[in-house]
Amino acid sequence: MSEQSPIAPPPGPGSLRLIVSLGLIAMISGLFIVLSVQLTREKIAHNKQVALEKAIFAVLPDATQVVKYKLDESGLVQLPNEATDANLYAGYNAAGHLAGLAMEGSARGYQDVVKVLYGYSLEKEAIIGMTVLESTETPGLGDRANNDPEFHGNFKNLDASLTGDGSAVANPIVTVKNGKKEHPWQIDGISGATVTSTAVGNGIRESTNRLLPLLHQYQGSLVENLNP
Amino acid sequence: MVKDPRLPDPLSWQTFTTGLWKENPVFVMLLGLCPTLAVTNSAINALSMGLATTFVLVCSGVLVSLLRKVIPKQVRIASYIIIIATFVTMADYAIQAISLDIYKALGAFIQLIVVNCIILGRAEAYASKNPVSNAFINALGMGVGFTFALLCLGMVREVLGMGSLFGVHLFGPAFQPWAVFVLPPGGFFVLAFWLWLFAVARKRTARAQPATKEVADAA
Repeated sequence: MSEQSPIAPPPGPGSLRLIVSLGLIAMISGLFIVLSVQLTREKIAHNKQVALEKAIFAVLPDATQVVKYKLDESGLVQLPNEATDANLYAGYNAAGHLAGLAMEGSARGYQDVVKVLYGYSLEKEAIIGMTVLESTETPGLGDRANNDPEFHGNFKNLDASLTGDGSAVANPIVTVKNGKKEHPWQIDGISGATVTSTAVGNGIRESTNRLLPLLHQYQGSLVENLNP
Repeated sequence: MVKDPRLPDPLSWQTFTTGLWKENPVFVMLLGLCPTLAVTNSAINALSMGLATTFVLVCSGVLVSLLRKVIPKQVRIASYIIIIATFVTMADYAIQAISLDIYKALGAFIQLIVVNCIILGRAEAYASKNPVSNAFINALGMGVGFTFALLCLGMVREVLGMGSLFGVHLFGPAFQPWAVFVLPPGGFFVLAFWLWLFAVARKRTARAQPATKEVADAA
């Protein structure tokens, strides 16, 4: 084909021209992106904070103030308010007394990881509330885990007591099929959303099995009263 | 008369309305079906997705049109993609700042606006050949047409699948939602229904037009 063509194609612009124009566009693009990050950063951080606080107050009905903590094998440390690596949120009531603790759990759901936040009462040794933080479950089916009142009834007083020496959860939390709940540590699943209800149960079980014994061990570092 | 496609398009009411009706991206060109099917399970998701896409369409159209004499032909696709990706990133941050709930509902589909062929198609076929004002109006028309199409699907699917519209419950607690409509198959059913409706409507207008012309000629 090219052999038959009497006229050579006109020479294109040099590589330098191409590099310069692409570089120019990339620079404009960078400028726009940095600008939008600058403009939205505070608002996004604020939104995330509000969403988390809303979730904490939803799972700890008596709480009006929150203090962040980090709990791991090395101990329990109180964190400043703006910290982002907290994994334990202590809720205090209006009088400043400890109303409960909120912790996160996550497990694989039907579409993606389901992340939940649950409230735990030290006095009752039980879970007193649950809310879904992140889920992309099927609308109308799996997403009922966020808003089905019957399912949420499971988490009003879900037994999570420890063994005598506090080294493990006495009866690990488990999701059972809809209508098959017999024990206070079982979660009655949603019919039609078995995978998602099981994921919620698995997330809470994994989190309670790991965090509650640690909490028992380091409970001394927890502030009982904010204004003694 | 066939217009030379290299000539700029004269600015007219048509520039805006092609995207709404004659070349509606979803109902006529069947472009961007991935977000069309995936995020139209509720009216609010459909509206947010439509607005985000319109924003990217309009901004990238304007910038491509502004730079159309600067961008060498050999690297134009790469340039368009950088420009589109920039505005998608901006839309992503803006939605996070406006509402985290909507951001969570739309999931990965905001980032996937980058690969929406409506936008690259407009940049290549229209904005790179026309002045800024035309590119702006045309992209706006396409965006509104896309948003309209998404709303058509989203509203039907939400009403049938959840018994609500924009989150407001319509039928009371006795209503048994028709869950299949918020699931993927429901997206296909509703899309097929709208495509059929549009095809019938287009056929009718096509049949009616020559008749009116004859009448006008006779007069």
